Order: sequence, then structure tokens, then C-alpha cells
Amino acid sequence: MFAPAYLDWNATTPLDPAVREAMLPWLGGSGEAVRFGNPSSRHDYGRQARAAIDEARSKVAAAVGAHYTEVVFTSGGSEANNLFVKGAAASTRAGLVAVSAIEHPCVREPAKQLRRSGWAMREIVVDGEGRIDAEDWRATLEARPALVSVMLANNETGVIQDVAALAQQARAAGAWFHTDAVQAVGKIAVDFRALGVNALTLSAHKLGGPLGAGALVVDKRVELAPLIAGGGQERGLRSGTENVAAIVGFGVACELAGARRDSEALRLAGLRDRIEAGLKRQGVRIFGAGAPRLPNTSFFAVDGIDGETLVGKLDRAGFACASGSACSSANPKPSHTLLAMGVIPEVARGAIRVSLGRDSRDEDVERFVATFGQIVTELKKLAAIAV
Amino acid sequence: MLKFPIYLDYSATTPVDPRVAEKMIPWLTEQFGNPASRSHAFGWDAEKAVEDARGQVAALVNADPKEIIWTSGATESNNLAIKGAAHFYKGKGKHVITLKTEHKAVLDTVRELEREGFEATYLDVQENGLVDLEAFKAALRPDTIVVSVMFVNNEIGVVQPIAELGEICREKGIVFHVDAAQATGKVDIDLNKLKVDLMSFSAHKTYGPKGVGALYVRRKPRVRLEAQMHGGGHERGLRSGTLAPHQIVGMGEAFRLAREEMASENERVRALRDKLLKGLTDIEATYVNGDLEHRVPHNLNISFAYVEGESLIMAIKDIAVSSGSACTSASLEPSYVLRALGRNDELAHSSIRFTIGRFSTEEEIDYTIDLLHKKIGKLRELSPLWEMVNEGIDLDTVQWAAH
Repeated sequence: MFAPAYLDWNATTPLDPAVREAMLPWLGGSGEAVRFGNPSSRHDYGRQARAAIDEARSKVAAAVGAHYTEVVFTSGGSEANNLFVKGAAASTRAGLVAVSAIEHPCVREPAKQLRRSGWAMREIVVDGEGRIDAEDWRATLEARPALVSVMLANNETGVIQDVAALAQQARAAGAWFHTDAVQAVGKIAVDFRALGVNALTLSAHKLGGPLGAGALVVDKRVELAPLIAGGGQERGLRSGTENVAAIVGFGVACELAGARRDSEALRLAGLRDRIEAGLKRQGVRIFGAGAPRLPNTSFFAVDGIDGETLVGKLDRAGFACASGSACSSANPKPSHTLLAMGVIPEVARGAIRVSLGRDSRDEDVERFVATFGQIVTELKKLAAIAV
Repeated sequence: MLKFPIYLDYSATTPVDPRVAEKMIPWLTEQFGNPASRSHAFGWDAEKAVEDARGQVAALVNADPKEIIWTSGATESNNLAIKGAAHFYKGKGKHVITLKTEHKAVLDTVRELEREGFEATYLDVQENGLVDLEAFKAALRPDTIVVSVMFVNNEIGVVQPIAELGEICREKGIVFHVDAAQATGKVDIDLNKLKVDLMSFSAHKTYGPKGVGALYVRRKPRVRLEAQMHGGGHERGLRSGTLAPHQIVGMGEAFRLAREEMASENERVRALRDKLLKGLTDIEATYVNGDLEHRVPHNLNISFAYVEGESLIMAIKDIAVSSGSACTSASLEPSYVLRALGRNDELAHSSIRFTIGRFSTEEEIDYTIDLLHKKIGKLRELSPLWEMVNEGIDLDTVQWAAH
């Protein structure tokens, strides 16, 4: 029996053992000096917690080339995205908010909500490879958006946008520009200054850190209203007792991910390419293959075969992968990313995402390609009989 | 063996109980799925763990698991409850009532509603810290839509008459929110009986981890909320964002332990608190803040007259306590809670909150009593005011020269 091979690293990543070690004292575990203070307390317990958060803040800032005072810790990527979209909107006169058609729901949904307070919302069209469509981008800027959000790397296809150029143009047109970088950080180089964005979202659990921590890195010129009011933590931008253990883990995860990013990127791209070479022999269509992509991600479909069925069979054969993003996997609708790329619903419904990470090995890839081939052959036979 | 500083600040945060940590650790190692992943066992296992924990939280307060929504903590729960209900029911009215002694997470949220055009009443409390029910009734307006009153006060530990307030609100059809962050594991909470519509919970005040909390949202009669965080539609659309199973499992286990051990723990803690109370009120010119009867056994808040607050805190560094609540202790403002009880600035400044918990020992309490006796004595020796009082001068009649 194989332990199932985990091929769903874009949904969430296992915790790096070193991250766990750093967190344990804050969780009262494993007999070490237990640490547990409330960072707002002035006694030793509190000050230790405050120092731990400060250290983590510097590490997170360093991972994206930002200053530590620009980091606002949140409960995760979703909250950070909500904070930017709603928080920046609340401090600006109602205008136009433009987000790409392939954003994660935690960017698109808050943007839609703004309509209720007098905002107009525009979805920026993408081309067949999942990149921002040049013509629609020009039209978007002509409409003078106040807020623009375009993700750095897509969670499903892994397609990377030219955010530096987009941010520069959007800011020249008078917009605040935000990028959701949760899938990019740790997989490709991300530099807050070089990208020239006003705000950027990170998530700990996508880069080897724990669930429950994220951050909005934000340029201080952007005025933000908090989503959560209260004790005034995080410069008043995010109240609530800090999740010290998760924040400590987030800091260590950023450090580790940064240190091994380049070698891992090469290794994972090699594995990914081998999977894709194998898939192509099965007549598989790979989405976004013509655009720059994250090294670890492959999103593909087999004509005439349903993705859910395939993912179910792969699971029973010992491979954990996904038919699109986890957040929307409760509903069986086809991927909105693929629909935005002009893929017809029948094909989009068959899509499967394989995303690799730290523990992915050559054997997993070989086994995957072989098993995938068998399952597809079998399903095609059944389909032929049914016809 | 005493470990210094002695921790007597359990209302600021509690250590994670080792039994809770043990349940969390598997979710930080081999079990790491995203509970929203529907296509593999990693996700299913995580989802099951999340649902089991939901049951454990519901069981402590006698609610249906379907009525529990996960959040990042009580602050978020308070924000979601108050803004969510006010926004949803704004067609019915625009008036919100709360108390002057609420936690900042409630007060700041209500202030935010005021900026949006809602109207708010911040009710005074009585000298003992409890709300006056007649004054409460008098504050109700036909357009009152939301009332928020905390179960247990974080600074003085008094228990508000939640059952009575609930009756009044239900009769008038007003949404009643209760911040119970300081109440779980300390007082019995039966949501089958209490007419409470929304209740906020925190894990890290009850020996669970930081970064997780919950909001109870009543189903019968059904209460509606407007979501404050949008995205993947988790938690039935009320709170989007990937759930953190290790934290949720920790909160579940912490609440399970609270349910099992509350009765015996309260008894033990009460004995320690009473010992501390007796030991400290032996010191002259000390005043207990807040009602002693309607109060959780964990809390003792005392003002030491004729002692300067900051020097007192510096003098008792061997014990970790707080003056005012942790969330506002960065500022040197006297506690707004004590001022609401009518304490003058001097007494509010020289107050100390001692909060006792699961790992407190009798030895620690003895040490604390002894330390306070010594230090208060020493500080008062240096105090010209104390000298004047001892000479029989009534300080209120003294004409102080202006500088």
C-alpha cells in the first residue's frame, strides 16, 4: 500500500517540520519552555510574544522585499484580500473597481459587494492563455479605475501575470494597485518594490506555514479602513489578539521558502514537465501552457472525460489532486478561470489540477503518469461502449 | 518550586492546555488537508475533524452544531455579530444599545456603526459594575435593532443578568448579542434556555489556541446576518476563508475539557481567589472593584489607595498581572471600566487585576499576598499623601498649589 501521494500543494501545503518546531512552544506542546503571553500584555509573557511577532514580521517582510512596518497580519489570504478591497474602498470616493476575471472569489466577491455602496465593478478580460487581455486592459485604464486587483499567479493554471507592467500603468492612470500573491510567494521571486504594487497578499499555508495566518503588505500611502475593529492591534488595521503561534510559523516558513526557492523551482519544473510530457501522449489539453507559469502547477483536461470521475479514480489509486480550486470544490460548477479563458463548459468540467511541492518525488510523477494513462484508457473504453 | 514571574493574568490569555496541544499536533504533522478539498482523503479527514469540534463547542453551550460559525477569534465574532445584524436589520431601525464597560471589540464596532449613520446608546453601569435593568428598559427605543452586552466583564469579572436581558430583548424582537469570551468554562451557559441570538466565543481565554473563535447564530427563531468577509463561501457564506483544522480541533478539545471540568475547577479557583481576597483586603485602604457575588471566581480587581499605579506595577514584577485590560494597557489612561463604576482617576490608576486559572497554585497565591503586603507598605512609606492621611488630614479639603 502506498501512502497517498499528495499532488494538491496549491490547495494547502503540509507544515514544514522546522515550522512546526518553531510553533510548538507557543502551543504549549512537547515539554519546552511554554510560551503563551498576550502580545498586548506588558509583563514578560506578553513581551516575549510581542518580540516573537516582531521577528516574524521582519521575516515576512524580507520574503517579499518590503519594510516590516508595511506588513499587516491577518487570519489568512482571504481576509487580507477583503481588507484591501473593502478597506481601500471605504477610504476613497466611490468609483470603479477593476479586478481580473480569474481572481480568487475572495477578491471578486468583495469587489462585487462594493456595488452596494455606489461602486462600479469591472472584470478585466483574459486571453486564451489566461493572461490579461491587452485591449481590455487599455479600455479598463481609460475608464479610470480607483482600485485595481490582478493576481500575480493563478491558483488553478499557475499562469503568471506581468504585474510590474500592469501596476505601473494602473498607477500612472491614478489607481491603487493590489496583487494577490498567495500562490506566487515561495514559488517564484516576488519583490514588493520591483513589482511596484501598492498592496500584496500573502498566505502562510500555501508556502509551508500553518493555516490561520496571512498578511497584507501595504504601502502606507494607501489609506485603509479596518474590517475588524477592537483593541487596535496591527496599527489599528486589524484588531484581535494576534495568533502568535501561526505568525511565528509564518515567519519561519517564509524564511525557508526563500532559501530553497530557486533550487525547488528548477526541480519542480522538471517534474511538472515530465508529467506534462506523459499527459500529452494521452491527448490531454494543458491550460495556459503558452504563458509563463508557476513551476509546480499543471491544469489540464481530457476531452470527453469528467474531471470529478477522474479525480475520484485517482484518489482511489493513491493520488490526491483536485478538479479546480479547493475553495469552490463544494460546488460542481466548471472552473471560472477556464470559462474566462474561453474554454467551453464541457471541457472545463473535465479539468484536473496537479500541483507539486517540497515532498514531491520522481517516483510519484512516474506512478502518476502510468496510473493516469491506465485510468484514461479504461474510461475511454467505457465511454465507447456507452456510445 | 515557583516559576517567576507568577502568571496571574488568565483573562488576558491562557496557556494552551497540554491535553489540547496533544490533539492539535497531528493536525500540524501528517494531517494537513484543506477541509474544503472534496476530492481526497486529506480534505475529508480535515472536514470531519472540523465538524467534530463544532459539536464540542456547541455542547458546552447547549446549542446545535449548525448554529456555530468559526471565526479567527472573539474580536472578529463581535464585529460579525454586531455589524452583520445591524446591516441586515437596518430596514427595521437604526438604534444600538451597549454598555460603557464592554470590551473594545464591541465598543469600537458600535462606534463604526455610528459613523455609518446608526445611533448608539452606551449605558452606564451601577457602582458594582452590573447593568440596571430598569435603566436598560428605559433606553430601549422603538427603532432599537441590536443590543450587545457581555456575559462576564474582562476587567472586573462581574456576570451580567443575561437571562433577564434576553427576555426583554426577545419580547421586543430585538437581536441580542452576548460577548462570552470571558465566560466559557467559568459560568454555565445554556443557549436552549437563554434568549440570546448571537454569542461570541474565544479559544485562547479557555486554554485553547489563539487565532480561533466562534459565533453562535440562533436558528430558532432564526437570526440573519450580513457576512463581513467574502470569498469562497465557507461557513455557509457567513465567513469565507480556509479553515485552520489544528486551531479548530484545539478549540473543540478546550471546550470539551471546560465542560467536563468546570464544576471542580471553579471550586478550586474560588478557594484560591477567596484566599487572595482575604489576604489583600487585610491591607488598609484597599477597594475591591465590581460586585463580589455576581462574579466569576477567577477574578479579583483591587484598587490600592495612595499608591501610584505605575510604581506599583514596577514593584511587583515577580507576578504577571495587568492594570486595566491587556488590550488597552499600552496606554497610561486609567481603565475606562473602573471609571464607569465611578472610581476616581487615582483609584482607577492604582488598580490591579488578578486573574486565577487552571495552573494557579496555593503557593503562588501565598507568595502574591506576601509580596503585595511588602511592596504596598514600602510604596506608602514614600508617599506624602499616605503620611498626610495618617496624620488625619482629609485630602479632599486640601488646597493644592497650581504649578
